[in-house]
Amino acid sequence: MRRNVWLPAFVILGFVFLYAPILSLIVFSFNESKLVTVWGGFSTKWYGELLRNPQILSAAWISLKVAVTSATLATVLGTLAAFVLTRFGPFKGRALLTGMSAAPLVMPDVITGLSLLLLFVAMEQLIGWPAGRGMTTIIIAHTTFCMAYVTVVAQSRFASLDESLEEAAMDLGARPARVFFDVTVPVIAPALVAGWLLSFTLSLDDLVVASFVTGPGASTLPMVIFSKVRLGVSPDINALATIIIAIVAVGVGIATWQMRRGARKNGG
Amino acid sequence: MSAVIERVAPLRWTAALLAALGLRGRTLVIAVPMLWLLIFFLVPFLVVAKLSVSEPAIAMPPYLPLVERDGARMTISLSFENFGYLFDDPLYIKAYFFSIRLAFFSAVLTLLIGYPIAYYIARSSEARRSVLLMLVILPFWTSFLLRVYAWQGFLRSNGVINNFLLWTGIIDQPLVMLQTNFAVYLGIVYTYLPFMILPLYANLVKLDEALLEASADLGGRPLPTFFHVTLPLSMPGIIAGFMLVFVPAIGEFVIPELLGGPDTLMIGRVLWNEFFSNRDWPTASAVAIAMLIALVIPIMILRTAQQRVEEE
Amino acid sequence: MNTPVPVATSKPWITGAEPPFIRISKVTKRFGDFYAVDDVSLDIYKGELFCLLGGSGCGKSTLLRMLAGFETPTEGRIEIDGQDMAGKAPYERPTNMMFQSYALFPHMTVEKNVAYGLYRDGMKKAEAMEKVAEMLRLVQLTPFASRKPHQLSGGQRQRVALARSLVKRPKLLLLDEPLGALDKKLREETQFELIKIQESLGVTFIVVTHDQEEAMTLASRIGVMNAGQIVQVGEPPEIYEHPNSRFVADFIGSVNMFEGRVTEDEPDYIRLGVADLGGSIYVGHGVSCVLDQQLWYAVRPEKIRISRTRPDKTENVFRAVVDEIAYMGNISIHRLKLPTGRLLSATKANLTRHDDEAITWGDEVWVTWDDTAGAVLTR
Repeated sequence: MRRNVWLPAFVILGFVFLYAPILSLIVFSFNESKLVTVWGGFSTKWYGELLRNPQILSAAWISLKVAVTSATLATVLGTLAAFVLTRFGPFKGRALLTGMSAAPLVMPDVITGLSLLLLFVAMEQLIGWPAGRGMTTIIIAHTTFCMAYVTVVAQSRFASLDESLEEAAMDLGARPARVFFDVTVPVIAPALVAGWLLSFTLSLDDLVVASFVTGPGASTLPMVIFSKVRLGVSPDINALATIIIAIVAVGVGIATWQMRRGARKNGG
Repeated sequence: MSAVIERVAPLRWTAALLAALGLRGRTLVIAVPMLWLLIFFLVPFLVVAKLSVSEPAIAMPPYLPLVERDGARMTISLSFENFGYLFDDPLYIKAYFFSIRLAFFSAVLTLLIGYPIAYYIARSSEARRSVLLMLVILPFWTSFLLRVYAWQGFLRSNGVINNFLLWTGIIDQPLVMLQTNFAVYLGIVYTYLPFMILPLYANLVKLDEALLEASADLGGRPLPTFFHVTLPLSMPGIIAGFMLVFVPAIGEFVIPELLGGPDTLMIGRVLWNEFFSNRDWPTASAVAIAMLIALVIPIMILRTAQQRVEEE
Repeated sequence: MNTPVPVATSKPWITGAEPPFIRISKVTKRFGDFYAVDDVSLDIYKGELFCLLGGSGCGKSTLLRMLAGFETPTEGRIEIDGQDMAGKAPYERPTNMMFQSYALFPHMTVEKNVAYGLYRDGMKKAEAMEKVAEMLRLVQLTPFASRKPHQLSGGQRQRVALARSLVKRPKLLLLDEPLGALDKKLREETQFELIKIQESLGVTFIVVTHDQEEAMTLASRIGVMNAGQIVQVGEPPEIYEHPNSRFVADFIGSVNMFEGRVTEDEPDYIRLGVADLGGSIYVGHGVSCVLDQQLWYAVRPEKIRISRTRPDKTENVFRAVVDEIAYMGNISIHRLKLPTGRLLSATKANLTRHDDEAITWGDEVWVTWDDTAGAVLTR
């Protein structure tokens, strides 16, 4: 059979399209010149500048705290929702829960952000909580939209999970809560880790929702980046991007290595 | 679980509260995610709906209450003026149709680029498949904002592309690419490409090789085989991918803001400006409600298509 | 001679010497409008290996799941060892189940899988490990104790599942298609192993299967199910030789079925006029029926004899032409065409290495069967 050369060529072009901008970010982060697109010699000065920028550092710290907290909350809540939807059969409000746990997926960020902000303002007027806005409100907002993604991931895993595993545990004398923690959670753990990582990334990435629901003093990393980028080029952002890419690459590398090792250890 | 609950104070309090409300066991498990979504997802829309019919005011928060107590008398002031604006000012209607059109064509472009890639990955050997898939997903894990920013550096008049083209002598004047609709298309296709490739791949990888062999055996050349077998069978993947690109692209804010020009009026951007620049919360709410209603139609169409394809 | 009779062959269902161990009375399970199990009553005795046999969707699995407690009967009552099971969750029942998929916990070793049920009963580790080791010895898996399920072969997994469900010594073990996932050869070996284990432990087994050979080999008694109902209960030979309905006769083994009308009805014989045969069938025993009643007659292929020469008898003798022969090694199946056009199948044991009569395609032959070879069926 004649090998088709057009398809691989197209695929290579596709990957160039995906990676060229990222590579240029990395390259120009080591650029001496302030003009991000003109090469002025090798330098690491933008990294130094970045690390001396308290605004970026504190925003990164806030973003990290928000992402970890909301990813964890979203994983717990999303798993519960998925479990209820796949395992509880009919109950009152099932259709409502189905709708509410899928809708955030297609909800534009601007609407999610605006509606949550208005809720927080109204709640503050009515019950005095949350008093002002900041990290707490961002965490709540991120948890809400990340939860939907966890629900989707967990739901498909629950659906493909052999229900007789849970029945077997019950048959051997385990009560429902025991079954959940002894069998269900360990078996679907990879999906839960995937859901957590997805939530973590989405939270770390979010600009729009956080901009709406934040308050004074709580600027997340994307908000700082956005305000800098909007004003034009800033080489220290390139340095920041390179650091983020490096962390992600290392993380993915470790994950792949772990998975390979796990696969080898389990003999397949 | 009980051990964890006893150790963490807020969980303990919540458990005590829920138990006091008579929520135990099964009901409790349903109630936790249900209550969260009711409070933080459903109620906010009611608040938006309420605000969209309030009158703006220069205050904090910048709107007038709906219900005013004047001694023993209560007056309810509903104002549909905010919605009136949306129809009076062609800006909003234009923004709406522009967003739909842009999102639609972006999704089509993403499909055209994503399909061959997904197809190639699905037909690769097992080992190569996982590497390629990782390469598709990897950009997604790096910041979305930074990837859009990278395109700014590519597209600006003294950017990488123009410098390259000037250097090769293909052009002698820098092309204007940034702050155009072209840049917005590019940005959307670029950032949403993984969302198109992944569902397509998931569908194509399940395709039974024997079907392709059967078609070849019956005399189908590669191209007819593709159009008569592969493509129809991958419809669910196409629709799923289309939905994942088209729907969020309608409400996109960051890409038109950073790559588009002042006339790239996407509805998400309009809402943002209404809220942050004009500080007009009621109009922003009205835009949100209108946007929501507008979104329902394409989503319904896609869902129906999806259901029909899945039934077959 | 007064030798004691082992439990499994004492046949309490005939002698009535002991009360039933499991009583299923008038159990119905509805899913919406669908009757998965329809008014089933069944008594099963201690130490039995009872097979529920039926096609897919006949309700056998639903019945099993009601015994295990995964489904609740819509109506009726289930008693195990004198205890009403109503309202008892699976984890409160004295039953264990071996799942069709085996349902081994993928994240636990063989040892942990088997020990799981013991720990749920609050057993101490040392004692549990002792029991697990004993059980693994019984199923010959001792060297695999620390493996994970996916590192085992299908047959080994099956034995882990068996060990896990038996280690708690349940009063009743429920097995859902226990051999379904094994290949033919392994299945045959495992059948006998299963019987041996069952007899050595004395646990009552209820096995669900769609494989009639499996049921025949394993069972002390078989309950044939169809459309949610138990059609016939009996020991394997009884089910095979004395089916009580066309369904059972047809479902178990292969059969030649004739429709006929009673033309003679005497106390010691009846005669059926069968249009398909162009003649009549003589039945050498009395049947409670009336003249001209419509009946069915079922005769198994191996009960039909073929010969070139006319048999030395007058009843149940017909002419036929050999239409097709399928050589199976141990037997040959002959498809015969009667003058009426009706096809008949007859098997012939290949007793010698070459056929003396050498009956072949197109030959005209005589077919016959004994006047007690077939079963008269009224439904």
